[in-house]
Amino acid sequence: MIQLGAREHHRFEAAGKPFVYLVPSAAIFALDEMADDVLRRLTERPRTREELVSELSARHAQDELEDTISELARVRAIGELVAPAAETRPQPKIFPLTPFPLTTMVLNVTNQCNLSCTYCYEYSEDKIVDTENGKKPKFMSEETARQSVEFMLKESGDNKVAHITFFGGETLLNFPVLKKTIAYARQRGGELGKEVDFSLTTNGTLLKPDVIEYLADERVGVTISIDGPREVQNKFRVFHNGTGSYDVVEPKIKELLKRHRSRPIGARVTLTNGPLDIKRIYRHLTEEIGFWEVGFAPVTTSPGRGHAIPEEGYNDMLGQFRDLAFEFLEASVANRHHGFSNVKETLEEIHKGMSKAFPCGAGLGLMGVATDGDVALCHRFAGSDAHKLGTVATGIDRSAQQAFLEKHHIANKTDCSTCWARPLCSGGCYHEAHTRYGETSRPNLHYCEWIRGWTDVCLQVYGELSERNPAFLAQFDAPMPAERVS
Amino acid sequence: MKHLKAVNSKAERVDRATEADVVALQRTPQQPATGPHIPLGCSLVFSPGWEADRAGGTAGLCQPVERDLFDCHIGCYWPAQVPDQLNHAPNWTAKCAAAQKDWRKIDLVFP
Repeated sequence: MIQLGAREHHRFEAAGKPFVYLVPSAAIFALDEMADDVLRRLTERPRTREELVSELSARHAQDELEDTISELARVRAIGELVAPAAETRPQPKIFPLTPFPLTTMVLNVTNQCNLSCTYCYEYSEDKIVDTENGKKPKFMSEETARQSVEFMLKESGDNKVAHITFFGGETLLNFPVLKKTIAYARQRGGELGKEVDFSLTTNGTLLKPDVIEYLADERVGVTISIDGPREVQNKFRVFHNGTGSYDVVEPKIKELLKRHRSRPIGARVTLTNGPLDIKRIYRHLTEEIGFWEVGFAPVTTSPGRGHAIPEEGYNDMLGQFRDLAFEFLEASVANRHHGFSNVKETLEEIHKGMSKAFPCGAGLGLMGVATDGDVALCHRFAGSDAHKLGTVATGIDRSAQQAFLEKHHIANKTDCSTCWARPLCSGGCYHEAHTRYGETSRPNLHYCEWIRGWTDVCLQVYGELSERNPAFLAQFDAPMPAERVS
Repeated sequence: MKHLKAVNSKAERVDRATEADVVALQRTPQQPATGPHIPLGCSLVFSPGWEADRAGGTAGLCQPVERDLFDCHIGCYWPAQVPDQLNHAPNWTAKCAAAQKDWRKIDLVFP
């Protein structure tokens, strides 16, 4: 007798109704009571079609049950268990077509910084590249920046828009080159019929009036690294002499927010060990300072560091993220803006049904350029010879890129093969894995529970929105925006 | 579908992609999607053509070979019978306005 079994899925409830998230397709279906019954029974254990129908025929009409089984089978929520091996077949290794166009180039215009944040992945004990005594130049030259622009425009292929993100160190320490790069890229983009979009990340200390004026006029997207109210910010985000930076950056950010109205400005918060009050940080940054949106990320660090978030800290963080996510939900149902950007980004991926072979665009649509023009996986690896994918002068090293993609495909991450959240997570950040395990290809097993918990929350929010305000979700039908850099 | 509702874009795609999936074995056949009718090729409709009649002629067959040629070309999975008109030989049939009359003008294509 051929038995039916449930395929990989995650069941969740929203607005009082059952939903199913299918793996690996990442499709979401709302279930009626009968479909829910069938799926739950088959999740419990495999059954033959006859067994299933006879068990449920007391509650449901038989022909309706047959239809339900067909429908669930049709979308691959359930299937016939032909052989035990069929269910454990390895995921096919499908690669994107090459040459894959570059969407975002992150230019590390300097590797120097005027702050000494204790947890910084670029300077602290976990750094990959020696920026103090190494051989990389401390500032990117105008020449290298121009070459980078040419590189970007060429590698962006048929894309109409090229995104350039300036990064550091502290980006604004190299403001002169940044300005010249923007002018040059606009001119070259114009000649080639491409639009070039600019953004940058800064710690806010160097936002002088003329800088603000320039960023607003040139429509440069700005993300500020800031951790929250004074005592939170001053704990780690300090100057070289140990003084906190809050009082320096706060008035400057307010000035920026007042003048720069052409694009929404976001805050990027690093979460560390210690009592976390994420909602308070969120309120402070949105209501008291005036940021349009706030994104949170746990600090990237090797496990032993004092600022590393311990395991129980992730549970606490998840609880607070959930509260904020449901606040986001209520605002969105009422068509009010809410600036919790983490949830919005995940909702977009859920809406599109993204099923990723790679956790992010690094080494694919996104690359980082070091001060000397070396191209690496992303800005976090810029300057590291072990993670080099070419140079701006000679172009992308396609064989190195292919080798990287081969090695990092989700099909290689055996730990992930049984996880329902893998279409969205795909093993997590390469840099996090490198810092944690010394190897970019390792899945980030230390935060699996957190990722599954967070994905479940976002699925619930998505399900609720699909019932209560489906029009809100239509905004995600547009193509993906450029990848965020932090 | 009656018991499942596609919620995200991927689910809608899954729904559309599986719509006309093997209907013959299902209990309640679904209506195929509306659109231009394309015959599914010789393997399913058994259209003759490649074979000749006993005398080696084609006149007595129920369909002319030219029709069969187009059948393979458009509806059939078999890739080797006709030139790739999308990429390689876009003008292959340019001189053949009416197949029954102009079929001699369809020439071989040399790579």
